[in-house]
Amino acid sequence: MGAMVRFPAIRLYNHVVPVLVGAAAAAAATCGFVAVAPNRLVSGRPVALWLAADPRLSTAIALLGALLLATVFAAPRRALHFAAVAIAGMLLLLILAAAGQAASSLAALAPPLARISLGAAFWVLIGAAGLAVIDGLQRARAGILAQLATAAIIATGFAAMAEAGLFDALSLAREYHTRQAGFAGALTRHIVLVAAAIIPAMLIGFPLGVAAVRRPHRQGPLFAVLNLLQTVPSIALFGLLIAPLSGLATAVPSLAQLGIGGIGMAPAIIALVLYALLPVVRSTVAGISGVDRAIVDAARGMGMTRYQRFWHVELPLAAPVLLAGLRIVTVQAIGLAVVAALIGAGGLGSFVFEGLGQYAADLVLLGALPAIGLALAADFLLQSATVLLHRRTAT
Amino acid sequence: MIDLDHVSKRYDGRAVVDDLSLTVPDGAFCVLLGPSGCGKSTTLRMINRLVPFDSGIIHIGGEDVRGVSPETLRRRIGYAIQSIGLFPHWSVEDNIATVPRLLNWARNRIRDRVTELLELLRLDPENYRHKYPHQLSGGEQQRVGVARALAADPELLLMDEPFGAVDPITRDALQSEIARIHAATKKTIVFVTHDIEEALRLATVIAILEKGGLAQWGTPLEIVDQPASGFVRDFVGGESGGLKLLGLRRIAERMRPGETATGEPLSAEASLRDALAAMTERHTDRVPVADASGRLIGIITLADLVR
Repeated sequence: MGAMVRFPAIRLYNHVVPVLVGAAAAAAATCGFVAVAPNRLVSGRPVALWLAADPRLSTAIALLGALLLATVFAAPRRALHFAAVAIAGMLLLLILAAAGQAASSLAALAPPLARISLGAAFWVLIGAAGLAVIDGLQRARAGILAQLATAAIIATGFAAMAEAGLFDALSLAREYHTRQAGFAGALTRHIVLVAAAIIPAMLIGFPLGVAAVRRPHRQGPLFAVLNLLQTVPSIALFGLLIAPLSGLATAVPSLAQLGIGGIGMAPAIIALVLYALLPVVRSTVAGISGVDRAIVDAARGMGMTRYQRFWHVELPLAAPVLLAGLRIVTVQAIGLAVVAALIGAGGLGSFVFEGLGQYAADLVLLGALPAIGLALAADFLLQSATVLLHRRTAT
Repeated sequence: MIDLDHVSKRYDGRAVVDDLSLTVPDGAFCVLLGPSGCGKSTTLRMINRLVPFDSGIIHIGGEDVRGVSPETLRRRIGYAIQSIGLFPHWSVEDNIATVPRLLNWARNRIRDRVTELLELLRLDPENYRHKYPHQLSGGEQQRVGVARALAADPELLLMDEPFGAVDPITRDALQSEIARIHAATKKTIVFVTHDIEEALRLATVIAILEKGGLAQWGTPLEIVDQPASGFVRDFVGGESGGLKLLGLRRIAERMRPGETATGEPLSAEASLRDALAAMTERHTDRVPVADASGRLIGIITLADLVR
């Protein structure tokens, strides 16, 4: 303590932010912020941030980055962490604005077929800013409401800039505009696919898990089958379902009228359900067998019936673990549903595969970015629910 | 009255409780005492059928415990275990109300009963009613556990090492509490422990179990004074068996009426152990004795203790 008073040495209170700022600075110095290509199919020529964007914007980004870096030398306080969140959030929006502005100024000079896509430096910068926001929120021990508010402010800023047409010159936005009619449908289809997989997976997996807890000797064979299912590559599983389902649809025409066939939604949902079963059953078993035996014994000793013990004691106490399992299943299903587009199930994956086929990276991103966003949103919502539940049952 | 008649329980062919017969009279505080693995906890759990017994018969108040469903039986019997048995997701009020709710008591009646029980256990109702178990100390949790067991006013209370997980000072307070409640309510209590001091302090009658059978049955004084076997002597006595005996006898039994001595008088109701402690402390071999009103009635000497 005395040494610190005599030599007020520089001290780092946060090791994450310097790494993020360093990575962002290095990327901005060495990689292209945007890339300019003469048309949609060839890869572009990278243009650095300070050459592409308005000098006022790139200066503001550099200054805010320096300010963010400066916060790590100050003694940590809650207000300081929230200030860091605000700076990082502003950086995030400024980087987006710079990308849009750079694209429109470059597009004005380029031929009409030219494409301006996002470069490596953009992704590193935006990633670093996003992580800095999360880091600040965690250090501030921000509650769910503060986290939601932060996400909402950033999303609103993004939406306002998009509405104002700031991003219109970016190739990603152009891809979006050409696909606008199909985009909402694909997004909805994706969510429907995921919901149609998770609900049956819960309805099947939850009773299976409960049965496995009641009769532990059944757990071995059950998990062997579920593990085996999980190891089948997703593309193979989608493919393997084509033959039996088309056979079924031919044999029972009424099923075909319901839309069940070798390709489309039906095999996709079946495969997603099969993949979701293992995490659902596992978390059910872990959650229920993790309930303190003494508590269940007390419940029995008080005269609760088996049914009452389950609904009033075991299930509520297992709920945080069950929700954690649901979280894994949902995020996993959102990702796997992208692959389901291969067998004609639709969803965001259809953009990804179309983009892959045309060698159009922006079209791939148009499918991939919303899928990532969906996964993050689902993860955040379910995590919040877990935290709220846990707060009540904390021991 | 609880009547166990030739009751046995086997696990994998090994008898945990072996042809055990004993009768607990109404209003008794019966402690099942013995080393771990002697079958005391199994015996307790057979009474409310948490453990099904293989042979024999158990009657409570003349009624065969197998004559009703296990749930009906258990709702009539209070049950308390170590503090971890509280439901962590329920408030103190909800925990205490468990059995009354199972019995469909009216809301107001439950509320009043919870208030009454919290007061009985010396927990301020308004302060504690809405707390959760994790907000309570170990001793408070255990009080709630006892209140929960008493909630539906059962005639019989089964307690399985209820004070096993609390510190010595809290345990001492809880023992006074349960002794007071027993004296006030006259409920029959069957209490499992491996702690001899706890048994001697609380019991009106002790059953010492050895390998699933009854090694000795008697009052605390009988157990310490006339151990039925080497096992009982070793288990109960240890090296300080004599001191335990002094602890169970009152000064009134050995005092010399009419004589006088100097110093602060001891109560005639205090134990001979208290007298020995006072003499050692004061470096004297005789102390005066007073009755409940403080009137000097005689003395007790060192020689009287070993008579």
